[in-house]
Amino acid sequence: MEPLHSTSQVPMLPMQPEPYRIERVHKDTGDTFTLELKPAAGNAGFAFKPGQFNMLYVFGVGEIPISISGDPEDTASLIHTTREVGTVTRAMRALKQADVLGIRGPFGSSWPVLEAKDQDIVLVAGGIGLAPLRPALYHVMNHRSDYGKVVLLYGARTPEDILYKKELAQWRSKFDLDVFVTVDRATGNWQGNVGFVTQLIKRAPFEARNTTAMICGPEVMMRFTAQELIKRGVAKEQVFVSMERNMKCGIGLCGHCQYGPHFICKDGPVFSYAEIAWLLNLWEV
Amino acid sequence: MQGYRLEPSGLEQVFEKLKSQSYEIIGPKLKDDAIVYDRLTRVKDLPIGLTDEQGPGYYRLKKRNDDAYFGYVLGPQSVKHYLHPPVFSLWQAKRTEDGFAIPKERESAPRYAFIGVRACELNAILIQDKVFLDSDYQDPVYLERRKNAFILAVNCTQAAPTCFCSSLGTGPKVEAGFDLLLTELINETEHYFVLETGSEKGQVFVKDVNLPAASEAELEAAQNRVKATEEQISKKLPTEGIKDLLYASYEHPHWDEIAERCLSCGNCTMVCPTCFCTTVDDVTSLTGDTAERVRRWDSCFTSDFSYIHGGSVRPSSKSRYRQWMTHKLASWQDQFGSLGCVGCGRCISWCPVGIDITAELEVFRQERGQSESN
Repeated sequence: MEPLHSTSQVPMLPMQPEPYRIERVHKDTGDTFTLELKPAAGNAGFAFKPGQFNMLYVFGVGEIPISISGDPEDTASLIHTTREVGTVTRAMRALKQADVLGIRGPFGSSWPVLEAKDQDIVLVAGGIGLAPLRPALYHVMNHRSDYGKVVLLYGARTPEDILYKKELAQWRSKFDLDVFVTVDRATGNWQGNVGFVTQLIKRAPFEARNTTAMICGPEVMMRFTAQELIKRGVAKEQVFVSMERNMKCGIGLCGHCQYGPHFICKDGPVFSYAEIAWLLNLWEV
Repeated sequence: MQGYRLEPSGLEQVFEKLKSQSYEIIGPKLKDDAIVYDRLTRVKDLPIGLTDEQGPGYYRLKKRNDDAYFGYVLGPQSVKHYLHPPVFSLWQAKRTEDGFAIPKERESAPRYAFIGVRACELNAILIQDKVFLDSDYQDPVYLERRKNAFILAVNCTQAAPTCFCSSLGTGPKVEAGFDLLLTELINETEHYFVLETGSEKGQVFVKDVNLPAASEAELEAAQNRVKATEEQISKKLPTEGIKDLLYASYEHPHWDEIAERCLSCGNCTMVCPTCFCTTVDDVTSLTGDTAERVRRWDSCFTSDFSYIHGGSVRPSSKSRYRQWMTHKLASWQDQFGSLGCVGCGRCISWCPVGIDITAELEVFRQERGQSESN
């Protein structure tokens, strides 16, 4: 007869969130905010790869997937930039310094920053899509001599929606990084580009045949951006996108994030365009 | 083939022995006009003398003219209800000074002995093993229940018009994944079982029961019974080229035609023994001091299933049925190396409008000029 245990030995991890304390809240735009987090207990760092995400839990409210947007080499604190779009993000925005959030992760695939060594790097972001790309940019800038030209193309809806404004200004002042920002609709005293981010690709300074491109934004923006890059000569295997779907578990078990044969949570969120181009052109997949 | 002869009266002995080993016996039982898996306390709880009639959108029970214990084909439920519970509390958290804390200790998983598991259902378990255990992150809930399980399988002695396991190599003969296997034999003079063992656990179990070996004739009768069942199966699901066929059919107009009938009710996903999708509800106590995460089965036919900010990714019935069928027959192969279908036919019987996955597939196949139906 097999022995009976009164309690189970199988841990429920990674299904249980770990408590993290909010060190700092930063309001980025009208509807986006950045949280700086540290483990509530202990000083363990948080290691992750650029492009990966965490499941963020607000006590009793719910849990959602949010990409990590900090510097992957600064593991002391965990940074998440979030846009308020639903119940959980609304509750999250109401949190203040010293409040506690639950974290599970990091999960998913990452931007190919190591594979892209010696190449030109083109990052194309739309709206809040700059947040998941920022860790890749940090990595590239931390190891600047490993790469060729580095270009950031960023499109926001209006000048008020531009994320990480201070940092963008710093990046723009660098001689080894080309930053182009455009808005769909100019307001106030905006004197920069007006138009879709795809329009910036034609004149951006990079060697298409030796380029790795990473795109994050709305699905339709990623589709047109990828096509534009390929038109300019970037190989479709060298174009990467970050996909989004409903997620409940983050670990490939709940089935929600299926995208054709892929689970976005474990096979993605970062995919090469070559892998998923056939799905991006279909409706309601 | 080796086997033992077990008299119907010996079944009680099997039940008692399972109980003495602290198993909770889960087997077929009459409930709400259907045969469902439920807790059994004695052999008399089995649906003795009952059988089922099935067809698209049709399931009825009727009396047999014998006292067969396993004389039905399949009920709406599979053992998935027990290995992958429909509702399960993943954790409870308490508010603390450090935010919240989740106790690491949990109640131990139940030890289930499943009685009457059919070949298609066993294959569904093997498929769910890949989903929940052959992954970077194992599902602890499934893992514990699966490890604890004792499986007494039963060979099908009759088939329903909705059955198509023989096309998929998942039945009707039980081949692997069981501890004990019964084939029920009834003729004018006798009613007995041929019992086979399929695991060490099963062999140890039988040793103590002291059963006579089955004769050559009895073993042959058992084999013939299953062969006869296979001959009854008329429905087919040809699998050749099925993945490419469905991947090439994403924009086929037939999805619109199916969507005119499909109610998006999700019944097919609830009765399917391989469907594994779940969602979670995060709830709190009234005082807000404790919170809980409850996992429950979900269906790709609901609008919430694919919701992201801004709306559902699959707002139409067409896209949901397409997702379900393409997953079962095509993308499942890329994900887990097999089909997500075992040919049990439950999705046909329990579809309120009688949509038949094999018939719908045939439309896609015909139109691609690939029909393999004679």
